[in-house]
Amino acid sequence: MHAIEVNQLTKRYRAALAVDAISFVVPKGETVGLLGGNGAGKTTTIAMLLGLLVPTSGRIHVLGHDMAKDRFAALARLNFSSPYVALPQRLTVAENLRVYAHLYSVRHIEQRIRDLADELDLHGLLSRPAGQLSAGQKTRVALAKSLINKPELLLLDEPTASLDPDTGDMVRSWLERYRAESGCTILLASHNMDEVARLCGTVLMMKQGRIVDRGTPPELLERYNRTDLEDVFLDIARSRQAETVHAE
Amino acid sequence: MTQSFGRVWGLVYRHLTLFRRSWPRLLDLAYWPILQMLIWGFTSQFFASRIGNHGVVTVGLILGGVLLWETALRSHLGFAVTFMEEIWSRNLGHIFVSPLRPWELIAALLTMSGFRMAIGVIPAAILAATLYHYNVLSVGPILILFAANLIFMGWWIALGCISLILSQGGGAESLVWSMLFGLSPLAAVYYPVSVMPWWLQKLALCLPAAHVFEGLRAAVSQGIIRWDHLAWAAGLNILWMSAAIALFTQQFHAARRNGALMNIGE
Repeated sequence: MHAIEVNQLTKRYRAALAVDAISFVVPKGETVGLLGGNGAGKTTTIAMLLGLLVPTSGRIHVLGHDMAKDRFAALARLNFSSPYVALPQRLTVAENLRVYAHLYSVRHIEQRIRDLADELDLHGLLSRPAGQLSAGQKTRVALAKSLINKPELLLLDEPTASLDPDTGDMVRSWLERYRAESGCTILLASHNMDEVARLCGTVLMMKQGRIVDRGTPPELLERYNRTDLEDVFLDIARSRQAETVHAE
Repeated sequence: MTQSFGRVWGLVYRHLTLFRRSWPRLLDLAYWPILQMLIWGFTSQFFASRIGNHGVVTVGLILGGVLLWETALRSHLGFAVTFMEEIWSRNLGHIFVSPLRPWELIAALLTMSGFRMAIGVIPAAILAATLYHYNVLSVGPILILFAANLIFMGWWIALGCISLILSQGGGAESLVWSMLFGLSPLAAVYYPVSVMPWWLQKLALCLPAAHVFEGLRAAVSQGIIRWDHLAWAAGLNILWMSAAIALFTQQFHAARRNGALMNIGE
C-alpha cells in the first residue's frame, strides 16, 4: 500500500487553476520531493493532503484513509512542519510540545518530550519561550512538534527555508537518519535543489499546477542532460523540454 | 471519548499557560468588570440616596444588571478572543491539521470562556459586596438561570463572530469587540423594555437578554419569578444557537473550500 495516493486532484479558485488534475503516489518509507517555483501549486497540494483545503475534484488517500470521508483518522497518523506556521510564542518549548502531545493523544508525554529533546538537542531550550529562539532553534522545535506523535507520514513545507547552511545541513542529516531509523514516509516541498537531490528518492516537478516531470534525481539529470537539479529546475521553469535541452 | 477529552484539554492547557506567561492578559479580564462596577456602584448609590425607600431596590437593579451583563459580555469575549489568540499567534494551521475535531475546538473555547468569565465577574461581585453591600446571590437560586441564559447568549454571538472571521478574515475582528456593546441598548439592562418605542420593543424581545433583565427586575423589585420570560429567553437562545451553529458549520466548510484556513489574517 502507498502512503499517499492522489488521483486527478484539481483545485480551482474561481478563474484560477491552482492544481490541475495531478496524480501521483508516494510509496511507504520513501522520501518524495515536490519541486517547483512560486505559484507552482506545491503548498496548495500539501494543504489538500492535510485536509486543510477541499479539492475541487479528484481523490486523495493518505495512509489508506479517504481524506474526503475519514481525514481525522489520517491526521492522527501524520504530521506537518512549515516555517510559515508558528508555534505560540509565549509558551515555552516544553509547553508547546505538551500542547501538541495532547492534541495528538500521545501517551507518556513527558517521556516523549525527553526523547525528542535528546534526539534534537533541545534540552537547553525546553524552558525557553518559543518566541525567543533563533531561526535554527525554531526549526528544530518545529521538527520536534512534527514528530511528537511518531508520524508514519511527515509533510514538510520548505523545512530549511531561512536557515544558515550549517543548520540546514544539520536538519537534512537528521531527516535522513530519522527516515532510515523509523521507516517514516516523507513528502518534502522545497525550492532547495541540493536538499531535494540529497533527501529524495523521487522528485515530482510542478509548474502552473501540473506535474510536468517526475523521476529519481539521476533520471532527471540524465533526461535534461544537466549536472545538477538546479539547472533542471530552471529548464522546467523556463519551459525548455527535456528533448530540446538534450539537443542543445 | 478519552482521546477527545485529552485533545480539548490540550487546547485549554495552551490557553491557561498563556495566562500564566502573560499577567497583563489576566489583569485585562478583571479590569473592565471592576471599572464598570466602580462607576455604576457609585452612580447607583448617588441615585439611591436621593430616592429614599426605594434606594435599596435601585442599587440591586443596577448592580445586578451590571454583573449579569458583564457575565454575557465576558463569556462572549472569552469564547471569541480565545479563538483570535490562535489567529494572532499564527497557530491555526497547526491546530486545523491536528486530529482536533471542530466540536472539540468549540468545547475548548467554551471551557476557556467559562474560565475567563469567572475571572472577570467574580472580583466585580466581591467588590459589589464589600464596597456597596450588595450581594448578587440575594436574588436567589433563579440567578443561576438568569446567568446561564446570558452565558449562552454570549456564546452564540461569539460563534457568529467567529463565523464572520472565517468568512471575512481578520478584518472582522473588530465585530468581536463591538457586537455585544452594540446590542446593549436592546438588552434593557438598566431600564424596562416598555420605555422603548413599540417597534424597538419588538426587536429587543428577540434577544434573550431583554427577557432575562425583565425577569431580574421582577425578582428584585416584586419578589416574583417570571417563568414566562425565562422560557422565552431559553427558547430564543436555542433558536439563535442553532442558527449560529449552522452559520459556523457553513463558514467552516466554505473556509476549507476557499483556502481561508491556510491564511486567516487581515
